[in-house]
Amino acid sequence: MEDMQIRNQQEQDEFEQKQVILTPGQLVLKRFFRNKLACVGLGIIIFMVLFCVVGPFISPYGEAELFYINQETGEEVRMDSEELEEGSASGTIILNGRGPMSKSHWLGTDAEGRDVLTRLMYGGRVSLSVGIVVVVIELFLGVLLGGLAGYYGGKIDMIIMRLVEIFNCIPFIPLMLIISAVMFASGVKPEHRIFYIMGVMGVLYWAGVARMVRGQILSLRELEYMQAAEATGIRTSRKIIKHLVPNVMPIIILIATMDMGGVILSESTLSFLGVGIAFPYASWGNMVNAVNQSIIMNNYINIWLPPGICILLTVLAWNFIGDGMRDAFDPKMKR
Amino acid sequence: MKQYIIKRLLISILVLFGVSILLYSIAQMVPGDYVTNITSGNPNITAEMVEQMREAYGLDTGPVEGYFNWLSKAIRGDFGTSFVYQRPVTEIILDYMPPTLALAGIAMVLELLIAIPLGILAARKQYSVTDYTIVAIAIMGISLPTFFFAAVLKRIFAVGLGILPISGMVDARMDYEGFALFLDLARHFVLPIAVFVITGVGSYLRYVRTNMLEVLNADYVRTARAKGLPERKVIGKHAFRNTLIPIVTLVGGMIPGLFSGAVITEGLFAIEGLGNIALNAVYAGDIPYLMGFNMFIAALTLLGTLVSDILYAVVDPRVRY
Repeated sequence: MEDMQIRNQQEQDEFEQKQVILTPGQLVLKRFFRNKLACVGLGIIIFMVLFCVVGPFISPYGEAELFYINQETGEEVRMDSEELEEGSASGTIILNGRGPMSKSHWLGTDAEGRDVLTRLMYGGRVSLSVGIVVVVIELFLGVLLGGLAGYYGGKIDMIIMRLVEIFNCIPFIPLMLIISAVMFASGVKPEHRIFYIMGVMGVLYWAGVARMVRGQILSLRELEYMQAAEATGIRTSRKIIKHLVPNVMPIIILIATMDMGGVILSESTLSFLGVGIAFPYASWGNMVNAVNQSIIMNNYINIWLPPGICILLTVLAWNFIGDGMRDAFDPKMKR
Repeated sequence: MKQYIIKRLLISILVLFGVSILLYSIAQMVPGDYVTNITSGNPNITAEMVEQMREAYGLDTGPVEGYFNWLSKAIRGDFGTSFVYQRPVTEIILDYMPPTLALAGIAMVLELLIAIPLGILAARKQYSVTDYTIVAIAIMGISLPTFFFAAVLKRIFAVGLGILPISGMVDARMDYEGFALFLDLARHFVLPIAVFVITGVGSYLRYVRTNMLEVLNADYVRTARAKGLPERKVIGKHAFRNTLIPIVTLVGGMIPGLFSGAVITEGLFAIEGLGNIALNAVYAGDIPYLMGFNMFIAALTLLGTLVSDILYAVVDPRVRY
């Protein structure tokens, strides 16, 4: 009898020791990594980041470096070499535009004789950093204003929500067209244009974030633990930071990942239309723009296909990650 | 109900007012000598028009007074004269509406025809291979850059296979009439509509799927199953009809998106609609047209949400305002 009791006790102890207790965060991670598409997405993003951040250091060429070719020998001449001056004067050295794919230029050269692969790396830096900066700006504005609207309600809520509606009913691309027309007219320098675009996009995108954050806070406010927090009489700031923010965090992270793809897509569209990042700076969008020349569309797929595929993969990856996150955060809320 | 509609209309007017202030201040940011800048190179613009432009944008008065001048005209439907076309903006919008409406309308119908059945199918077979495939394809569609996808389609179907025209609305070398003209137009619309539908259908598909999943978990569906109804009836009669409710709201929200999406698609395929003009207006600095176009879409958006909210109440008797 005693024996049995001890054995029972032992078994129970073992069982308890073996049991792994997971924090909510670990549970989310576990669910996230079970989603195969999300893992693929994460892999693509890691690859893209490495490609764009580390790539330019490995690549022997510069972003706007032009390549020339000696017509007689068929040898390549670089922009800063001494041969170039005499060669171009005598007409033997010409620009190596639309060069074929080769060992020295894996993806060939574009119409102006620049290395496509290297520009792909620099262009990716632009796309990824635009994504991050815009998302940070929209989150800052959206969480702040949405939080204020949701927490205080009443008149503040009314005003902020009308603002959200105003921003919501102006579609992004047409509005961006006006803004770029204005930028053209005011003579903003091409190298500064990207900062304006980041700022403008962030300011335009906050409305959606504010709406979601407000909704979340409205429902959180009614929960028992918020009433309990109220009853303990802690300061408002503490209540918000300790009790509200951690519970809004999942939705913020979710919005961030879901919007990342959309922002990158919009930026590339603008660059493609010629109202975004401009020459000589590369961005995936303006690299695809070469397709407007019919000879490039027909015969030089190596110039416009790779940047397009890069955009597609990156946006796809963010969307997969966002999807996985949503499932991971809330198993009930399915896609 | 009537009260609700009136309240919503009033709020919409307020919002539209806000939109106009926002748009106007953006247009105001143009440096003062902008009108002279843009007109100096353009022989089509007379000194009178320059004056008119200055007046229309309050460049001759202060920004506040200028705004109210502009507003009082805009309320009466006068958005000024387009630089490029030298005609009233409202007239141009009406003139170039048909191609955009045709493109957007057909695309919308096709999107719904694809999104609803596939969304329901995916929801019925949740976690199955079918479900994952449909959702993955939907996400891929969403992630496709319109301009890139259009280029790929052009390269394959217009250049590579040569079975479809590359851009434009009609074949310029032919002089078709009647039915032949219609066929020619249809051929030119295939690729733009394909781009529209494939890049746009994903988000609606997922929306339908999510809502169908919700309905399938509802008590009345369980009851229907418990009664021993055949699955066909459970889905077709009990579940499907209830998913229609959120889909109604979806349709109202789709319309403005179609118009703004038209900007890129029309530009890419050189279809002479509102969007293409808007795109060209950017390069030509035709700010009156852009203002008018944006106000038009904003009004359409508000109208769309209003209509879908009212429809919501019509379809779902539980909703009372």
